[in-house]
Amino acid sequence: MSESTRVVVTGMGVVTPNANGTEAFAQALREGVSGIRHIPLLAELEFACQVAGVPQGVDEIAERYFAPDELRAMNSGHRFGCIAAVDAWTDAGYERPDPDDDSALDWEVGAILGTGIGGLDTTGERLVPMVDAGRVRRLGSTIVEQVMGSGVSARVAGLLALGNQVTSNSSACSTGTEAIIEGYHRIRSGRAKRMLCGGTEGASQYIWGGFDSMRVLSRKHNDEPEKASRPMSASAGGFVPGSGAGVLHLESLESAQGRGARIHAEILGGAINCGGHRSGGSMTAPNQLGVRRCIRQAIEDAGIEPGEIDAISGHLTATGADPREVGSWAQALERSPESLPPITSTKSMIGHGLGAAGAIESVACILMLEGGFVHPSLNCEDVHPEIEAYAGSIPHTVRVMPKLKTIIKAGFGFGDVNTCAVFRRWDD
Amino acid sequence: MTREEIFTKVVEIVRPFVKNQEALDSVDENTNILQDLKVNSARLVDIILDFEDAFNIEVEDEDADAVNTVGDAVGLIAAKVPS
Repeated sequence: MSESTRVVVTGMGVVTPNANGTEAFAQALREGVSGIRHIPLLAELEFACQVAGVPQGVDEIAERYFAPDELRAMNSGHRFGCIAAVDAWTDAGYERPDPDDDSALDWEVGAILGTGIGGLDTTGERLVPMVDAGRVRRLGSTIVEQVMGSGVSARVAGLLALGNQVTSNSSACSTGTEAIIEGYHRIRSGRAKRMLCGGTEGASQYIWGGFDSMRVLSRKHNDEPEKASRPMSASAGGFVPGSGAGVLHLESLESAQGRGARIHAEILGGAINCGGHRSGGSMTAPNQLGVRRCIRQAIEDAGIEPGEIDAISGHLTATGADPREVGSWAQALERSPESLPPITSTKSMIGHGLGAAGAIESVACILMLEGGFVHPSLNCEDVHPEIEAYAGSIPHTVRVMPKLKTIIKAGFGFGDVNTCAVFRRWDD
Repeated sequence: MTREEIFTKVVEIVRPFVKNQEALDSVDENTNILQDLKVNSARLVDIILDFEDAFNIEVEDEDADAVNTVGDAVGLIAAKVPS
């Protein structure tokens, strides 16, 4: 194999606030279904933001998928991530191996499944209270595997008998996209044949509290949750915390074609960088030079021209950074406001899934390529005045695009880190 | 509490940790918890904690280390609870 090995997506799994599973998720995306709900616990705890995106019905799925001794060591992020990983695996045409079957181990298959924050529900609900109460002895064996940074990928390795690299990356809100590009590079360089890549983030007040105190969360729509996530809107007032998981099953084209696998899409290219907290960048704000460079490098890596991009899945969280991001897309893609391709924010429906966001939104990109549509970006009928000129590029209802061929996705994170991926429809 | 009652309760406590559910059908005091029932060895700690809660006892680390079979667990508990 060489660096020119092509990498395709042959399986996908998602657990999101507006749908579980790719079929339901595709439908929810088309229809612009909001998964944002009022969370009574956040009101009780006097959060300024009392809405969030939390996947529904997950425990019932988890009980069908996992054994009791596995479930007892799986916090919310683990449940989301493991369900999405198993779904991606079966979607790729593989059966789950028997736990006792030693021959199921495959040295050519690995996982990069990240998280932005990690198992803070376990830390907040059990580890800290019990340690502080002098009850360390009573913690039991399940704490470490739930709070260790690599917990979710470690669990998936056992469920699916993975023998290649198994790790969890973490780059804040860039995590999910970064995992996909890291896995893509690993396959492209011949170090693995197949990789499960993506991200997960749990649903917990302990994960969201710090963001609430930073005043970066939505706080003016607690009584109308589905209107709370407003990327690109003049009335955007911060992001809505989200949770869930997205996982892609990546595979070398040679492997996929060799076994006659159904191919969802090709990863044409990608790039990862950091703005170094310079030129306007900081711990919490992106250096737009870094953003534009990342987009350009992804396009170069894909071996295409900027003009070939048909649609944009932005990072677009509903903070003050949205107008600058839209401007950077136009500049990096060499487009005028009138010629910018459709640009949309999945977060408008499901909130900001932090470390899972880029992975869930990448699944959304591939579903849009397969279905020939761009999903609506909710709650921005009042487009932000700084990007008024781009208003024609923002779909408020589903935009049917049978010729949609190439979509670009970016994720940006605290630490001034950026990831960009280019996906292309697979035509047999 | 009779030895039979303790045995029944021990099996119920161990049940969710057991990977080989078929072996539970023929479980007796000689059944080895790790080898026969395929319980993950790390989870023995949790099983001992569940014994402590269920029988309102305390199990010393040395005693816990000596538990290999279901009968070992029953004997350990029987020595600590009023009969």
